[in-house]
Amino acid sequence: MSTSGHSSIWFFIGILLTAYGAMIFCYGLYELATGHLANVVLANLHAPVWWGGGMLILGLFYGIRFRPGRNG
Amino acid sequence: MYELVPTGGMSIPQIDAHSLLALATSPLARLGALDIAVIVIYFAMVIWIGFYLKGQANTSEEFFMAGREMTAWIAGLSFVSANLGSLELMGWAGSAYQYGILAAHWYWIGAIPAMLFLGMVMMPFYYVCKTHSVPGYLKLRYGQGASVVSAISFAFMTVLMSGVNMFAMAEVMKVVLGWDLNFSIIVSSLAVAAYVALGGLRSAIFNEVLQFMLIWGGALLVPIIGMVETGGWNGFKARLAHNIESGAIAGGDYTHMWRSMGHFTDNPMGIHWTGIVFGLGFAISFGYWTTDFLVVQRVLAAQNLRAARMAPVIGSFFKMAVPFIVILPGLLGLVVLQNPNGTLMHLVPQNLATEGSGLHSYNEVLPLMMVRYMSPGLLGLGITALIAGFMSGMAGNVSAFSAVWTYDIYQPLIKKNASDEHLVTVGRWATILGVVVSIGTAYLVMSAAGIMDYVQALFSFFISPLLGVVLVGMFWRRATKAGGFWGLLLGTLTSVGLWAWVKADPSALRYVAISPDAKDMAENMYRALWSVIVAILVNVIVSLATTPKPAAELEGLVYGATKIPKEDPVPIYKNEWFWTAIAIVMFCALNVYFW
Repeated sequence: MSTSGHSSIWFFIGILLTAYGAMIFCYGLYELATGHLANVVLANLHAPVWWGGGMLILGLFYGIRFRPGRNG
Repeated sequence: MYELVPTGGMSIPQIDAHSLLALATSPLARLGALDIAVIVIYFAMVIWIGFYLKGQANTSEEFFMAGREMTAWIAGLSFVSANLGSLELMGWAGSAYQYGILAAHWYWIGAIPAMLFLGMVMMPFYYVCKTHSVPGYLKLRYGQGASVVSAISFAFMTVLMSGVNMFAMAEVMKVVLGWDLNFSIIVSSLAVAAYVALGGLRSAIFNEVLQFMLIWGGALLVPIIGMVETGGWNGFKARLAHNIESGAIAGGDYTHMWRSMGHFTDNPMGIHWTGIVFGLGFAISFGYWTTDFLVVQRVLAAQNLRAARMAPVIGSFFKMAVPFIVILPGLLGLVVLQNPNGTLMHLVPQNLATEGSGLHSYNEVLPLMMVRYMSPGLLGLGITALIAGFMSGMAGNVSAFSAVWTYDIYQPLIKKNASDEHLVTVGRWATILGVVVSIGTAYLVMSAAGIMDYVQALFSFFISPLLGVVLVGMFWRRATKAGGFWGLLLGTLTSVGLWAWVKADPSALRYVAISPDAKDMAENMYRALWSVIVAILVNVIVSLATTPKPAAELEGLVYGATKIPKEDPVPIYKNEWFWTAIAIVMFCALNVYFW
């Protein structure tokens, strides 16, 4: 989708995943650091850390790989 | 809140507005600042995309067909995403809680064969004739009559369905979050109008791909943590068996798809394998996935024929995976959902989940599972996925309406010599008009919930007869203009007639579904099957009695009269036939495993 020189949809997805991943990951770190776990089942799995972290990595990959001006 | 009634190839849950409003006093979830931020960022992103793409929607080809430059992946994700609305997700999760894994039939046999058939067999004809729409194909193959009947019915239904989606979103947001109905309708309609009117189909497709990622990012965590909690699939089955033995949940086979299909009375859905295979797997599924312009439009936007053929194949893999984020959470709800006092929670039909009862309905199982496992931020992500699903459903309907209105109604019937620039302007205004009519429909449905039954039934009337007409026209040279028109008309009237018959006299279902034990779900399947059979038979009989088109006029439209462009050889991992074969093997394996 960057055939015509415009930004690819994957770039926008990268931006969104990066923003969401960073927010959720940071919240997960806060939980880890303070021990104040959310009132959800299996909170001890620390899903925000690994799920948010995964989204952050995926988002950065897409955001950089498909950034404007780079053929993708 | 709503009950499932499969219409077209997809299930569209019906909403009882008054029950929902009664329930709305105590929202299921409470969002924190982080969750709200996630939702606000999503809205900012879709508006940004709309403005960004405005400069790429200047010609009619760009506005209505996204410039025909979508890659196979984008077209494929958009194709499958157009059918991944939030009503489907929540409704089928509830259905899985109620009926077990039988609900997965709507995702596997009810989709995969049709998607692969579209890609491998039908796509070359749609693509080679360069039609802008399915009614456009009918015009080329059968002439104006069949095309106009199809275009007007489709345009009418899409805006109504968009309104239904808008209303449904407002209702769900009210129940889950306690949001005001008017607030949800205004915000969602403004956002959809802005990004579709600005960026056209490209914007709708971008947002569908975005929605696809959000749905997986927001919903996949539920089955993952659920599986950890139950100790995997075997652990889940053991807990399920224990609950059935102890009488905690109703007895039945929740984990097999075909074993109980031998007779209508053997399964809680009241359906028979012939209805599933021929009604759902052929008449409904092929009708929806191969002739409903809402989904076919996404594939027509592909950059070349190979991409257009690969798109449905790519989509089929994701479609096969959807039960893991929809059906599995519904099943898990049977064993993990608990009341505040620690006892097993029992979800109930909508009519029992009234205010003050303290009960939740089947269709709330997905939000309940999200609330169970998702901490701040993640819950916002899950809710955003639901909002994105609703908005994407609206945008898909509105963008398809805009294209059909402009190309198949306005241009041939109102202004034949319109300039390209004029068509784009008409398309933008049609988008806004579509949203305005959708808002009107949303408020109409709000004032009289029963109207929704009729809107959804109307949508199902046209899909299967259209399949009969398109299939005959695509694979039989002898089919004539009169055959197509009368086939479409009488096929549709058959569908309407059978529906009205059963509505007036519910006992007539025994004749429509050929069994006194059939239940409501079977009615839809057999009605679709009869209507496609009538459409095909009438088309064939009338065609044999009338004069066919000269062979020269069938080039690019009919099997045997069309030279399919030769594609450049590619490595096997890029070959559409290779991936089709893999998809077939996976489809068979899933059905055998869960037999």
